[in-house]
Order: sequence, then structure tokens, then C-alpha cells
Amino acid sequence: MYKILRKEKLAPSVYLMEVEAPLVARKAQPGQFIILRVYDMGERIPLTIADYDRDKGTITIVFQEIGKTTKLLAALEEGQYIQDFAGPLGKPSEFDGLKTVLAIGGGVGAAPLYPQVRRMHEMGIDVDVILGAKSKDYLILTEEIKPFCRNIYIATDDGSVGYHGFVSDVLKKLVEEDGQTYDRVIAIGPLIMMKVVSGITKQYDIPTIVSMNPIMMDGTGMCGACRVKVGDEVKHACVDGPDFDGHLVDFDEAMRRQAFYKDEERLALLTLEEGGQCQCH
Amino acid sequence: MPLKLERTPMREQDPAQRRRNFDEVALGYSPDEAMKEAQRCIQCKRPLCVDGCPVHVQIPQFIKLITEGRFEDAAQKIKETNNLPAVCGRVCPQEEQCEAQCVLNRKGQSVAIGRLERFAADYQMERGIPAPEQPIKTDKKVAVIGSGPAGLTAAADLAKLGYDVTVFESFHELGGVLVYGIPEFRLPKALVKQEIESLKRLGVNFVTNVIAGNTLTIDDLFDDGYQAVFIGTGAGLPKFMDIPGESLNGVYSANEYLTRVNLMKAYLFPKADTPIKKAHKVAVVGGGNVAMDAARCALRLGADEVHIVYRRSEAEMPARAEEVHHAKEEGIIFDLLTNPIRIIGENGRVTGMECIKMELGEPDASGRRRPMPVKGSEFIMEVDAVIMALGTTPNPLIASTTHGLDIQPWGGIIADEATGATSRPGVYAGGDAVTGAATVILAMGAGKKAAAAIHEYLGGKK
Ligand SMILES: Cc1cc2nc3c(=O)[nH]c(=O)nc-3n(C[C@H](O)[C@H](O)[C@H](O)COP(=O)(O)OP(=O)(O)OC[C@H]3O[C@@H](n4cnc5c(N)ncnc54)[C@H](O)[C@@H]3O)c2cc1C
Ligand SMILES: Cc1cc2nc3c(=O)[nH]c(=O)nc-3n(C[C@H](O)[C@H](O)[C@H](O)COP(=O)(O)OP(=O)(O)OC[C@H]3O[C@@H](n4cnc5c(N)ncnc54)[C@H](O)[C@@H]3O)c2cc1C
Ligand code: SF4
Ligand code: FES
Repeated sequence: MYKILRKEKLAPSVYLMEVEAPLVARKAQPGQFIILRVYDMGERIPLTIADYDRDKGTITIVFQEIGKTTKLLAALEEGQYIQDFAGPLGKPSEFDGLKTVLAIGGGVGAAPLYPQVRRMHEMGIDVDVILGAKSKDYLILTEEIKPFCRNIYIATDDGSVGYHGFVSDVLKKLVEEDGQTYDRVIAIGPLIMMKVVSGITKQYDIPTIVSMNPIMMDGTGMCGACRVKVGDEVKHACVDGPDFDGHLVDFDEAMRRQAFYKDEERLALLTLEEGGQCQCH
Repeated sequence: MPLKLERTPMREQDPAQRRRNFDEVALGYSPDEAMKEAQRCIQCKRPLCVDGCPVHVQIPQFIKLITEGRFEDAAQKIKETNNLPAVCGRVCPQEEQCEAQCVLNRKGQSVAIGRLERFAADYQMERGIPAPEQPIKTDKKVAVIGSGPAGLTAAADLAKLGYDVTVFESFHELGGVLVYGIPEFRLPKALVKQEIESLKRLGVNFVTNVIAGNTLTIDDLFDDGYQAVFIGTGAGLPKFMDIPGESLNGVYSANEYLTRVNLMKAYLFPKADTPIKKAHKVAVVGGGNVAMDAARCALRLGADEVHIVYRRSEAEMPARAEEVHHAKEEGIIFDLLTNPIRIIGENGRVTGMECIKMELGEPDASGRRRPMPVKGSEFIMEVDAVIMALGTTPNPLIASTTHGLDIQPWGGIIADEATGATSRPGVYAGGDAVTGAATVILAMGAGKKAAAAIHEYLGGKK
């Protein structure tokens, strides 16, 4: 059992939790993730490590309530426990040899981006950041990220703050109009966002790393649910990734695979709502 | 008393009924049935059955105790050499091991050794396994990685020798393949739980959610004061065929399918949160226990039609004979000498599988006749799910994070057959992680040998 030490609501239906998990904290690196299970009949879901504190032995996760498991998780309060919490999983992100990086986060994608930006800053890499969200209320972690980046650009779908439009529009403007050059673009967010970003950076020949979020189960390479096509190869996102070359990923296939259980996910949510309180208490 | 040629039948759930539930198929012997079957054993002076058993269970001795009605003593007798008789009685390929060697085969059917083993173990379990003798503790710590049969056996033996043993398991549940792979209807999970409980009573510590290699490395374990490590991490990596269409929705590895169903209890969805897609017509590719289990799970999840697609003939099928027999009784269709060449889909979902007929040629490296495609025999099966049960290989997670641990080109950890010693002092390995996918009893045997070797390494007497 893993105790929740801190819970904060960052935006509508977006939460931050700091969880006591000393063994995971001892090894966690930016880019890695954990798999958790809320209660004994629960599903195993992957969430990125948004922060870690080796001294305190804690891991911070940031998640969006979108289905049954994330809703059950959001219903837990400080002092309560998460049944299972395993990690760190996946390969840490690598930043060796980089000088200037553009990091793009869409929605909760800002959370996994945060420790990466911080690590790059520590390594002396200049990082520009674009954060995007539906509207002002949905923007997260801007203040936390600010101290570690050179420039920060905000985009909202409704224009309630920052640029009125998508993160990809800002990206275009930076490289097309402002003539900015980057050694690498890092994009984390919804598949469609990463696809569009990768399409643009391909035209400008900027190496691009995306963080894939397929359906997972074990997170150790043993089920194959997380298969992603990268160029001619089939990779397991949980052990070979989650970071991959955005120019090689087959995003259309990834989107189809991610949607496979849509009907069942809806049913699970429905039973949760009809059943009122979650079944774990 | 004249020798009975036929073995005492064991009651089973009716096929028509059981094909739609997850309850155990075989119901076991009653005490009367067990005594009756036990009396068929002629108590050979040089019992060949014992030679056939990888851990040399004292078979005639325990059978004799059953004839005397001393069922709990019989269970204890088995446990002198086999820690998990309730499991082995259900899943060992007895027809290739002890029962294959039994002298009664010459005249009729062998003694039903596996059923008797199961009976004795179940009888004891129902009455509560006696509290183990508490060993005299040493202050030496040993780590066991993986809680499958290899790890559990090593842990039990080491704990009995007084070591402070901690088992680290990557999943949230203990038991390895016994809980995530082999289905409830073949091996009830409550039984595995009980076996693990008795290890806890012996003083073994269990820590779940630890992925060795990621959460902890072997070096960390030594730094943390462990003086020896046993690796029993199994062979968990699935194989695919590398044919077109394998990333369509509806194509699973057997590992994913079985883990969803058994470990995550997807058959209870939406009471359990992990879903599995309902399929109407399912093809399972492969001919081993894993393929049989996946096929029979698919049937129980409500499929109208389930096919086993296997490229060789029935004689070469590696599955336990009883499982093949049960699968047939339940209505699984066997498409033998058939090999998939392509999976077909629409809108990203599987709709069919193109196969080619095979014929058997000359024997190959495995000694089995090599299947060869028959030109022009391609045909299309309409299916909406394909499960690949093509075997598994060891996970590279540990090997890639442990300095000085030598592995085979295919990923197996190199370990001495007699002791489990690896290339790294103090590190031992056994089970599927060393041999590749094999059997429960071989994994247990390896765990046992390694425990003895670790004891010696740490200064204990043989
Ligand atoms: C490596 C990785 C890191 C991730 N990091 C974060 C994060 O930091 N914050 C965050 O909010 N989300 C993250 N996700 C996504 C998160 O795992 C899903 O939102 C979560 O599983 C949804 O579960 P649910 O039951 O609430 O919703 P569901 O109703 O089950 O599903 C809603 C959506 O989530 C996807 N999904 C469902 N189950 C899984 C699963 N087991 N694995 C992956 N996706 C699934 C579905 O395809 C669907 O699009 C990450 C995913 C991956 C693979
Ligand atoms: C579906 C199926 C049916 C089978 N049917 C039969 C049968 O009828 N009869 C028979 O004799 N055999 C059968 N087998 C084979 C048998 O189950 C295996 O040979 C046996 O379980 C191997 O035992 P093991 O202890 O080596 O590994 P496993 O049982 O695989 O256990 C390994 C454990 O280690 C854990 N692990 C892996 N990596 C790590 C890590 N890095 N850190 C921590 N833990 C880790 C795994 O999660 C797992 O719990 C079957 C196998 C399958 C898959
Ligand atoms: S070989 Fe058969 S008859 Fe002889 S001791 Fe073993 S089980 Fe009994
Ligand atoms: S999540 Fe199972 S292999 Fe990646």
C-alpha cells in the first residue's frame, strides 16, 4: 500500500498526488513512468513520473480524470492509500549532446515534460517551452516550469490566455517566422498533437522525440499490448520507450490501437457512476 | 487380488456445462476412490516411476500410505521432495514423466500417480496444513527474484534452513505463471494463495511491485546486505510471427490474453475493471499448454467457435494429453497441419486469417518431423480474434542491468545445471529464466538445487 501524502487540484479534473514509494523514488529518472492499481479489482494504468524526491522517498504524479481508474484515483484523499504502485518503468529520456531544445506539452503532457525540462536546465541546455491547453483554467505547471526554461509560450484553444490556437501553430511560428533553430523538439501530449508536431518538424528536419502512451498492462515487456510501429520495427513502448522518434512512429495505427477498448471503458465508467461511490471502500 | 487394468476414473464437470464457466474442470478423487486407485500400485522394488519424476518423489511410499488411509502422512511424504504437490498433481505432464515409466503400462493403464498426488495434497489442505517447524534463524539474508515455482521452492528451502529470505515480485500478485498464466479452471488461485500463506508462516518475506533491474538491481541487493541472490524470473517475453496484420486490434499474445483473464480477472468485467473484447470466432496459434489454456478461456468468455491452429500434427503437440482431451470435449476445433501467413483486417480490426496447409517432412533439430507448406493450399479463416501462443523467451531486464551475468544468445541466463550458479559469484538462477519455457516441476527442481548450493556457498553443511 502506498500512502498519498499530498493531493492538489491543478485544473478542472487534473490532479497532482505525491505518493510515498521509496524504492521507486530511489531510481526514478525523467521520462520514466509507474503503473498503479487503485484497489484489488482495479486496472493497472501507467502514469508518468512528474517529479521525485529521493530524500523524502516520494513520487509525484499528475493525472487527468478521464475514465474509471483515474476517477477512482481522484476520489482518494491525502492520508489514504493506493493499492499498488510499481516502477520506475521505461527508459529514461536522454539529453546528451543537446544545446537548444524546444519542449512542447499538450494538456497533462506538461506534467511529464516538467522533470525533463528541469534536468535539461541542470545540464546547461537552453530550453524553450510551449504549453497548450483548452483554456486558461486547464493550463498546468506553468509557474513550476518557468524557472527552468529560456522562453515559455502559451497557447489555448479558446484564446483565453496566450496565443489563440494550437501548440503546433506556435511551433510553426517559431521555426518559420522567427527562424529559431533547435537540436531537438520534444513533444508530449495527445497522439494527434504529437502527430501534427512531428509532421511539421519533419519538414524542417528537426529531430523529434515523442512520448507514446499506448494501452499497457504489465509494463515490463511481457504482454505486447503496448506494441508501437516505429519505422519498420515493432517496439514495446513500456521497455523500448516510451520515447520514440516522432518521424518514424505510425501514429494512425497507434490511435486505432488506443481506441480498441472504447466501448468497455464507457461501460466501466457507467457502472461506476450508477454504482455511486467506488467499490473500493 | 486381480490387477485392475483400468485406472479409477476421476469425476469432472460436464463438458457442456464447464465450457461456459471458470470453475475447476477436474473434481478430484474421494477417499474411497483414492484408496481404490492406490491399491493398483504393485509397490515395485525398483520403482521406475521415481526415475521418471524430475524431483524423485517417493511415489510407491506415498501411495502405500494412501492405501492405509494415512492421507496426511502421504502428503507429508510427497512434500519431502516436492513443495507444491497440489499444484503438481494438477499441472505436471505425468504421462511423459512418472506415469510413462510405470510398469503397469505394459499390461494396461499406469497408476494415476498425478491424481493420487493431488488427492493427498488437497486432503491435507482442507484440514489445514500443519504449522511448519520453525527453523533456527541465521542472520544471513538471501534475496529471491520472481515468485513462480522456481522462486517459491528456493525460498521455502532456504527459509527451512534458517535464512532470512525475501522474495521480490514485479507483479502485484504472487505465484508467477501459476496465477497469471494457468487459468482458474485448471488450477484454482485459492490453492496457490494457500501455498504462499504457508511460506509466509515459515517466515519468508514477500515484496510485490518490485521490478528487479528497474526498481532494484542485483548490485543494490548486495549493497542492501543480501549475501546471495536467486533469479527465478521465468520466460515472460511473448513471440509473434512477424506476419502482416499482427498489429491489428484483436491480435493478442497469449500472455496478454491470459494475463487479462487470469491475473486481472477480465472474465468478471465490469466487476473487475480490466476489460477483454468479446470475440465470436477465435483462432489460437500454437499447440502447447499455453495455446490450450488460451483457447479454453476464449470459449469460456463466450466465443461461438474456437480453433487451435497448429502447424504440425497432434502427435507433435507439446500440450499435456489431458488438456488436449479436455479441449476437444469442450468443442475446440483443431486445425492441424495448418500455418497462418497473414492476418486480414478492416478498419483496424481483425476479420480473418489466411492460412496454408502443411505436410510433415524430414525430422528437424528437435527430432520432430518438419512441417512444410503445401503449395496452393492457402485458404482464409474468418475470425475476429487471433491469439499467438508461440512460446516465450526470458526477459532481458535483469541481464541488461547486471554486470558480469552471462546469458545465452537467446536470452537465457547461463547457470550450472547441478547448482544454478551463474557467472556472478553469489548469484544463482533457475527455472524458465535459464531453460526457456519448460515445466513447473523442472522450475521447482532448479529452485531446490539452487537453494542447496546457496546454503553451501554461505557456509552451511550439505
Ligand atoms: C507511458 C504512459 C504514461 C502516461 N502518463 C500519463 C500521465 O502522466 N498523466 C495522465 O493523465 N495520463 C497518462 N497516461 C495515460 C493514462 O494511463 C490513461 O489516461 C489511463 O490509463 C486512463 O485510465 P481510465 O480507466 O481512467 O480511463 P479509461 O476509460 O480506461 O480510458 C480512457 C483513455 O485512456 C486510454 N487507456 C486506458 N487504459 C489504458 C492503459 N492501461 N494504458 C494506457 N492508456 C490507457 C484509453 O485508450 C482511452 O483513450 C499515460 C499513459 C502511458 C502509456
Ligand atoms: C499458460 C501456461 C500454461 C502452462 N501450463 C503448464 C502445465 O500444465 N504444466 C507445466 O508443468 N507447466 C506449464 N506451464 C509452464 C510453467 O508454468 C513454467 O515452466 C513455470 O511456471 C516456470 O516457473 P518459473 O518459476 O521459472 O517462472 P514463472 O512462473 O514465469 O515466474 C517468474 C516470476 O518472476 C516474475 N518476474 C519476472 N521478471 C521479474 C523481475 N525483473 N523482477 C521481479 N520479478 C520478476 C514474474 O512476474 C513471475 O511472477 C505453463 C505456462 C503457461 C504460460
Ligand atoms: S512403477 Fe507404477 S506400479 Fe511400480 S511403484 Fe511406481 S506407480 Fe507403483
Ligand atoms: S505493457 Fe505489456 S509489453 Fe508493454
